[in-house]
Amino acid sequence: MSPTAAAQPQSPISSLSRRLRGGDEVAWLITLLFATSVLVITALLIGELWIGSAAAREKFGFGFITSRLWNPVTDEFGAYPFLYGTIVTSALALAISVPIGVGAAIFLAELANGKWSDALTFLVELLASVPSVIYGLLAIFTIVPMMREFIGPALKSVFGFLPLFQGPVYGVGYLTASLVLSIMIFPYIISVSREALLAVPREQREAALALGATKWESTWQIVVPFARLGIIGSIFLAFARALGETMAVTMVIGNDMTVHTSLLAPGNTIAAVLASEFNEATGKYYPAALIELGLVLFLLTLVLNGLARLLILVTTNKGSARA
Amino acid sequence: MLSLLCAGLAPAADTINAAGATFPAPIYQKWFEEYKAKTGVQINYQPVGSGTGIKQLTEGTVDFGASDVPMTDAQIAAASKSKPLHFPTVLGAVVLSYNVPGLTAGLKFSGPTVAGMFMGTITKWNDPKIVADNPGVKLPATDLVVVHRSDGSGTSFIFTDYLSKVSPDWKSKVGAAASVSWPTGLGGNGNAGVEGFIKQTPGSIGYVELIYAIQQKMAYADVKNAAGKFVKPSFESVTAAAAGMKEMPADFRVSITDAPGAGAYPISSFTWLLIPSQFADANKKKVITEFLTWMLAEGQKDAQGLSYAPLPAAVVAKEKKQIALIK
Amino acid sequence: MTIRNIYRKSLNNVMLTLTGICAFVTVSTLFVILAYLVYNGGKSVDLAFFTQLPKGAGEEGGGMANAILGSAEIVAIASAIGIPIGFFTGVYLSEWGGPGFSFLVRYMCDLLNGVPSIVIGIFAWIVVVKPMHQFSALAGGFALSLMLIPITAKSTEQFLVEVPRALREGSLALGATKWRTIASVVVPAARKGIMTGIILGVARIAGESAPLLFTSLNNQYWSTGLSEPTASLPVMIYTHAISAYDDWHRQAWAAGLVLLCLVLVANIAARLIVSRGTTARG
Repeated sequence: MSPTAAAQPQSPISSLSRRLRGGDEVAWLITLLFATSVLVITALLIGELWIGSAAAREKFGFGFITSRLWNPVTDEFGAYPFLYGTIVTSALALAISVPIGVGAAIFLAELANGKWSDALTFLVELLASVPSVIYGLLAIFTIVPMMREFIGPALKSVFGFLPLFQGPVYGVGYLTASLVLSIMIFPYIISVSREALLAVPREQREAALALGATKWESTWQIVVPFARLGIIGSIFLAFARALGETMAVTMVIGNDMTVHTSLLAPGNTIAAVLASEFNEATGKYYPAALIELGLVLFLLTLVLNGLARLLILVTTNKGSARA
Repeated sequence: MLSLLCAGLAPAADTINAAGATFPAPIYQKWFEEYKAKTGVQINYQPVGSGTGIKQLTEGTVDFGASDVPMTDAQIAAASKSKPLHFPTVLGAVVLSYNVPGLTAGLKFSGPTVAGMFMGTITKWNDPKIVADNPGVKLPATDLVVVHRSDGSGTSFIFTDYLSKVSPDWKSKVGAAASVSWPTGLGGNGNAGVEGFIKQTPGSIGYVELIYAIQQKMAYADVKNAAGKFVKPSFESVTAAAAGMKEMPADFRVSITDAPGAGAYPISSFTWLLIPSQFADANKKKVITEFLTWMLAEGQKDAQGLSYAPLPAAVVAKEKKQIALIK
Repeated sequence: MTIRNIYRKSLNNVMLTLTGICAFVTVSTLFVILAYLVYNGGKSVDLAFFTQLPKGAGEEGGGMANAILGSAEIVAIASAIGIPIGFFTGVYLSEWGGPGFSFLVRYMCDLLNGVPSIVIGIFAWIVVVKPMHQFSALAGGFALSLMLIPITAKSTEQFLVEVPRALREGSLALGATKWRTIASVVVPAARKGIMTGIILGVARIAGESAPLLFTSLNNQYWSTGLSEPTASLPVMIYTHAISAYDDWHRQAWAAGLVLLCLVLVANIAARLIVSRGTTARG
């Protein structure tokens, strides 16, 4: 902050323009404006969702979140089956892809030869650009038959005593959708985590090894915690993608409007039903109910993000990785 | 400020934009291609769904729309700026496609049987109702898996409209709409999704447009019509359903499911172009009215090649008169 | 060797092998997907694909030249809007952020990231298409930029923050102003990570169809301006994949392959530009 500014009593405009003559102030202002624009856009989005869902909110109130009905003919709508499906598929997708993704990132960052590592990561990043629709088509031709013929029956025979794996196996359903989602979010976790791991200064690893740690101990106890923020950031990205994924999920989840405990059963997610039904939704309440679903997803993201950030705060000593 | 920007970026005058139903998209796109070759006029049609087509027409973001479902009075009232007119273009059939391994003959269903399957009361292929419809055909005891549409669609409307007419139970419990609360079954995305599931899942049955079943070489059933005859879906039986209609209303909004007539296929429907009756741009009006005239004459010849049935002559004559109403 | 050391050594071997297996699983999934795409798409990609317009349904041949150009236009617009906003937001959060405001901005970025692409499309329809009474490439670019902003901002912030303080202090000690330090020292040090985030973001939006359905719609022909319905590869893939014709299905695969290759080319180009000069690795 330039010291001359505060000293003299001047009109606000000339005082501001004097301060702006320093490059730092300009830079601060510009970046602040951009950051604010993000807030503005998001607020606008929430605002539009709020307005668009007015009719449905008036009619259903808070019961919307717990109601299990979805009947466009009688104008009765409820979000519960979709909330359930969204949470189940996203959670399962993360549960599958985070361990495998972080493991792969560790391998690519620490163990793999530099050129191979670069090349493979490059290819993995390409996966991010495969269109959603193509993932869906691929899944229909590969994962769905595999689920119906092999994986589903196998899970049933081994774990069939759990309500999670009971009921008929159609090939589509929560589990298939979760698998597809997990494949779709691999690139985010692997790519970003790998960069975060690579950014850890070499001295840290060398210090650990010099103290007699095995490679694994050095990686797991020193490098990974150092890159923790980056890895967690990648998980956030992946999670967000999973929550909002529409086309691929709608093609393989079976689109059933009821809640099933079994992972082999068909279900639905908020994003999938929005994508499926918005085009043909007419009338006073139907489109509003769909938009209210969008609002509910927003709320869900809000809560889950909040919980995740709280978790980070609790388990991190602040300022450690911020060198 | 946005409108200033728009004025500066005014689009070229010779592309007409339209959007609407997916069901007739193949033939519309073929028509527009032929028409372009003939006259140089570019009409860009996008299959985004009947509901969206109506919405975009109401908002004025497209020049005309298309729908498998006639607009309701409320929708017409909302589109007060364009005051759309309905122009039937072709006829289509919704068929019951199934995948039952080991069958020796094609299957037939009566209305109540179909309703029972989609309501979830009929759960096995050797259910007495199905057996009664198909004397002499050996039916396995496999589970019956229903496949319906996950997305809202004119095709669903036509099918549920038919079911509401043949099953009072269906009418009261489920109803007819582009999107309903299906009592049972899996949802496939689009006709292709449904057909894909049926192809992959033994023991499944679902409803798709005729062209999908034909192109993917899947078996489809004969259905019992109002006159008590089991009719195979074809151009003749679909056109018969339209011809059997007693009175075509002046605004062409009519349902021909469960139509009377011995040869009529009961799950048939018109599909409509929604043309504004007043155009601000005289050039657009000229182009569109000329296209409509062409469509009713030359265009109809393309229908059968793409598995649609052409319009009956009486309907064509009536439509020609409606063209004059466009200002 | 003590038991503890034997344990440590075997744990080391087991865990490292496990990571290798994880890498193998992901890479082989990738190869299966790529192989499928190349096999199915390669059958239909020919010169006509790049030069001709789509043909009507049920007719053989035709191409998606307009979709290729359209996708390039729309992604370019989205990048022109989204990358600067995201990048500068990330810079703000990393360099100047106060606790409350930054927390809010970060939170909003996360929220924006999780919005389903269809909702973004609906929002863009309300905000851009409805007032303009026109579907347009601009609206499509706007919608996609909304998806690009959060991922760019997060990556930028994350990798800027990881640049060691020593580097910053060194620059300031040499007399550079704060913004000079950021521009000449900090950002270049973090550029690989930032680039990764941007590339992932652009790759994702290049393949999104749902937002475009309500904004740029699609076009069977060439569009003559940025404010007309514009063809794009993802929407073409969608409409072709849901059609009844096998020929159109093959075109959908071909389009998917072409899209992938285009992103690959952009990816390579971006990385080449960025990695000129040494990276600040450890």
